[in-house]
Amino acid sequence: MIAYLIRRILYAVPILIGVNLLTFALFFVVNTPDDMARMQLGIKRVTPEAISAWKQQRGYDKPLMFNAAGSGINKVSDTIFWQKSVSMFSFDFGYSDDGRSISREIVTRMTPSLAIALPTFLIGLFVYVSFALLMTLFRGTALDIVGVALCVLLMSISGLFYIIGGQFLVSKLWHLVPISGYANGAASFKFVVLPIVIGVIGGIGSSSRWYRTIFLEEIGKDYVRTARAKGLSELRVLFTHVLKNAMIPILTGVVVVIPLLFMGSLLTESFFGIPGLGSYTIDAINAQDFSVVRAMVFLGSVLYIAGLILTDISYTVADPRVRLQ
Amino acid sequence: MNFMPVILWSDALVFLLVAAVSLAIWYVRGREHLLLPWQRVARSPVAMVSLLVLALFAVIGLLDSVHFRVAITPQNSTERIYSPEVLSVFDKLVEPLRMHHEKTYSQPFAITLFAKESQTDVQGNVVRAYPRLQYGGAHLQDASRRDGDVVKRALLGGLGGLLAGTLLVVIASFPNRRKSGVWLVVCMTVVILATCIGAIAHLATVYHVLGTDKVGQDVLYLSLKSIRTGLIIGTVTTLVTLPLAVFLGVAAGYFRGWVDDVIQYIYTVLSSIPSVLLIAAAVLMMQVTIDTHPQWFDTAAARADLRLVFLCLILGMTSWTGLCRLLRGETLKLREMEYIQAAQSFGVSSMRILSRHIIPNVMHIILISLVMDFSGLVLAEAVLSYVGVGVDPSMISFGTMINAARLEMGREPMVWWSLAAAFCFMLLLVLAANLFADAVRDAFDPRLNRGE
Repeated sequence: MIAYLIRRILYAVPILIGVNLLTFALFFVVNTPDDMARMQLGIKRVTPEAISAWKQQRGYDKPLMFNAAGSGINKVSDTIFWQKSVSMFSFDFGYSDDGRSISREIVTRMTPSLAIALPTFLIGLFVYVSFALLMTLFRGTALDIVGVALCVLLMSISGLFYIIGGQFLVSKLWHLVPISGYANGAASFKFVVLPIVIGVIGGIGSSSRWYRTIFLEEIGKDYVRTARAKGLSELRVLFTHVLKNAMIPILTGVVVVIPLLFMGSLLTESFFGIPGLGSYTIDAINAQDFSVVRAMVFLGSVLYIAGLILTDISYTVADPRVRLQ
Repeated sequence: MNFMPVILWSDALVFLLVAAVSLAIWYVRGREHLLLPWQRVARSPVAMVSLLVLALFAVIGLLDSVHFRVAITPQNSTERIYSPEVLSVFDKLVEPLRMHHEKTYSQPFAITLFAKESQTDVQGNVVRAYPRLQYGGAHLQDASRRDGDVVKRALLGGLGGLLAGTLLVVIASFPNRRKSGVWLVVCMTVVILATCIGAIAHLATVYHVLGTDKVGQDVLYLSLKSIRTGLIIGTVTTLVTLPLAVFLGVAAGYFRGWVDDVIQYIYTVLSSIPSVLLIAAAVLMMQVTIDTHPQWFDTAAARADLRLVFLCLILGMTSWTGLCRLLRGETLKLREMEYIQAAQSFGVSSMRILSRHIIPNVMHIILISLVMDFSGLVLAEAVLSYVGVGVDPSMISFGTMINAARLEMGREPMVWWSLAAAFCFMLLLVLAANLFADAVRDAFDPRLNRGE
């Protein structure tokens, strides 16, 4: 198990290098730093001095991959690639355009993101699985058909409308909670409750339908027939046998997103003014702060890979037949 | 000629897609084993009604994809100059909708603006009143007769649509002797749709059926124009990356070894970046390229269009990995089949095995993922445009409509009609796509045992 994990972590290294090379190519090779400077300073009427000042301020005035003027190790390390991309492996993300340390921002903004994302995830999982089990229990009846139709309808509505509609009804019409904002500690409850509820409702359609498909696939198998033949009640079959056996496909889809919860949700956070990582990313995109976007891309892929490894571990917990070697 | 045809990049891709679909239909028609699953789709009333709605949207999108520029010949000049405004055939068809610009917001069917303005009356006094609209209900002398006029026009237009729809249905049913239940449902849908279209069309010539937006554009026009953007995002995205996904996926599964390793590495790297972030990064960079090369584009439409095509490419880049993985897995299974081994032992070349034996047998996976992806992409467009990495702000799309309307949320009383229009049109499009996709999946999925 330990050996397997070490191998998996080592296997992540070339993937992260690939991500790093890809983002480097995207940010520095597709467009030269000169182009970016011209874009940020305004296309017209920009002096060469302004461009070089912009580049120097951000450390973009170095050669891309290889510094012929340097000596020894500096030939490689005194370049944009080394300073901007390779340094990310030590989680040194540098500074954003307004001069703040990106790493520090990430650490402070993780809490608000988690305050929304974690409850949404947990409550959502519970609601979706329960709803799907309910539909499976009443499969073929009117309840099931209405449930599936409802799911298709709900998943056909853009997530934007859930947020806009929820804000309008709950905050503007009924004045139950503030429209947007955030507070630290227990005071944050009234700010996070609406985003969580909307997040859960927004996912009902596609998730419940997906779980229902998984359960229906399991319910056609032989062990279910055996369990019924033994005289077990349908509820018991569903909860102890089907649910347990459906764990593997469920875990495959669910565990991988757990680390990504740290990143928060772009839409929710920007609509509700939550100072989390999602709104940080969206602000960076709108301000065209390339270093922040680059840092978030790297962080996102690290967390995704962590999620994949966690998924493998979760298999051994859920199913004792699975051995990691 | 007093106009110049303009073929934008996305138009070219749309026509390519139409050609490909026509070719596929012609190919499938003569082959019964390929026709069978489609006949299953045709037996589902829900699927056929959805298909009808989608076809209606597709017609609007296609008409909106034939672009041209009108000539404006200045006086005392022989030289021909074309207007910088790129129009489409659809724009010409709905000319009144496009040209009836009001000053600012007005409610659906309103004949006055939404907010009071200072006016000078006959005596020269300044009064605060709702000014009449320039076009909406301009034919009415007496404002109080509006409701009756709306009902009258709706009935008249609806009746016209009803007659036209019925005529169409009767003509279409004439050669079809076997009348199934599905056919009846389809006919009813045609008649209902025709009635609605007739009523709306008759009303839209003199009213703003869905109101006007901040700069006075007709919201119905914006909604109809958004359809093309949504359809292009939904279809072209998969079209441009489909060859890549199919080729790489099948090659990885069939050749295994280092080919498999390299291809797996590529798609693992791509899929390990959260897609919104990858899209955001790529769009930001594309924006820099477009902004620093203004000389590439002769019109604003060409610029917005190139951004749309790039967006499709970028979206495709992040979404092909799923299909690629599926195809690799399926090919791994197929290559162990006896008929493939037989072909190998006969000395059939790898390329021929791939094209004759493997690809036809994974076609159902490709088709299912194509139709299943469509609705997700239409929804993604709205979200991305909201985040600021979607289509060009000057391009009319559901995302830009929602984005503009969202800013008016805080207004009292609320401007609700833009959001409502975008909501209804998007829901109709995505719901139809989802229902159709489900029917296609059910018909093509070999795992479902139908006892046939």
